[in-house]
Amino acid sequence: MMPDLGKYAAEVLTAYAASAVLLLGLVGLTLWRAARVKRALDRAEGRHDA
Amino acid sequence: MSIWSYANPAKFMATTRRLTPALGALAALCLVVGLVWGFFFTPDDYRQGATVKIIYLHVPSALMAINGWLMMLVASLVWLVRRHHVSALAARAAAPVGITMTLIALVTGAVWGQPMWGTWWAWDPRLTSFLILFLFYLGYIALWEAIEDPDTAADLTSVLCLVGSVFALLSRYAVNFWNQGLHQGASLSLDAEENVADVFYFPLLVSMAGFVLLFVALVLMRTRTEIRARRLHALRLRERMA
Amino acid sequence: MGRVIARDLRLAFRAGGGFGLGLAFYLILTVLVPFGVGPAGAELARIAPGILWVGALLACLLSLDRLFALDREDGALDLLATAPVPLEGVALGKAVAHWLTTGLPLSLAAPGLGVLLNLPWPGHLWLGLSLLLGTPALSLIGAFGAALTVGLKRGGLLLSLLVLPLYVPTLIFGADVARRGAEGMALGAPLALLAAVSAGCLALLPFAAAGALRINLR
Repeated sequence: MMPDLGKYAAEVLTAYAASAVLLLGLVGLTLWRAARVKRALDRAEGRHDA
Repeated sequence: MSIWSYANPAKFMATTRRLTPALGALAALCLVVGLVWGFFFTPDDYRQGATVKIIYLHVPSALMAINGWLMMLVASLVWLVRRHHVSALAARAAAPVGITMTLIALVTGAVWGQPMWGTWWAWDPRLTSFLILFLFYLGYIALWEAIEDPDTAADLTSVLCLVGSVFALLSRYAVNFWNQGLHQGASLSLDAEENVADVFYFPLLVSMAGFVLLFVALVLMRTRTEIRARRLHALRLRERMA
Repeated sequence: MGRVIARDLRLAFRAGGGFGLGLAFYLILTVLVPFGVGPAGAELARIAPGILWVGALLACLLSLDRLFALDREDGALDLLATAPVPLEGVALGKAVAHWLTTGLPLSLAAPGLGVLLNLPWPGHLWLGLSLLLGTPALSLIGAFGAALTVGLKRGGLLLSLLVLPLYVPTLIFGADVARRGAEGMALGAPLALLAAVSAGCLALLPFAAAGALRINLR
């Protein structure tokens, strides 16, 4: 299954791993902040309406 | 029905509520297809060996790093001219995504440059321009974070984005003037697309589409968050007044 | 506008005004470089134009955060904003005063400091000329950065983060003129481009700086 990357295996895998970490980190942060702000806003609006 | 109707936050929120996850899913699909295709099912380049597979990350992220700044420029102009808050918030939302793309382009470029040019880093014009772009993003984000009043922050960052764009463009040419560079034309360059063989070209296209969609989805998501945060801020102020 | 310049000059030359600090910094930086790089003359001569340009740039940066901040604190900026002079003129006057108190003395001192770094002879002239042409751009860009950050508590560090990337083109062209001058090569192209950068900054940045000031004074 794994393709033969030859002598450059380390470089290619590093590039993919680093990009994956950065992209997933960005997506994770975005979703986490979105959820947090949404929860806080829902609470605040609940107070506001009450 | 014009595009300006989306400047209404309520309308924007209603439209993007379903659109954002759909775009996100589509982005994930494109990225998986493009990267898996590129990683597992393309041959090695006869000169560069397996490192050519880095192209599926390097080129799309570089593309979005520049387009991200362009989008911020347009959004800043819209804010300055028409005072639509959603526009200012979209510019703010795009900056962290853009800087991440710049970082990916720089990191993958360094990892690729090591075996090909024998060095992690060279003061090649394109590399240098990207480093400068990274600094511009950094300053822009720092200015947003530093100013408390949201409208002042939006105004000042927009002005910075405008002036910064002029100087970024100027730096691009200055850097070219300064060092003629290593970035090879023929075998790698996408400026002349016929130089990239079709086997590499199609997965690259899919991957680029994936990065574009991911950028749009993330910016929409973050803009939604910024709108909510702004509303939350307003509510809290009102509570404190009462 | 003349009054703005004269007033800033008076303030700068008064005790505690900070005039000369930039020059002293420039001198110390130039003295420190050989300690870091080693005393070999040929090597110093090679890097001298670049070091002297970067040093001048940093010395310029040093006094920027006081450009508008002090006037903002004592309320003078609000008065200037309501003065019959347009704010663009105030921003330009401030930048000119900053140049007269930092850029001009730095340009005049640089050829002398070139001796310390073993700069080859015709290079002195070109170094001074390139700084004379380039430092106005540095002051104008700095005034824009200072206008952006004038309302902030700890604006100094942020100011350098914003301004340094904007300095890149000026630095590239200016240092290139000085380097080519020292090596005796043709330098028409970078010289013209450096002058163009300065002229462009002079024409456009006062408007950007005034815009930022207006936003900050709201």
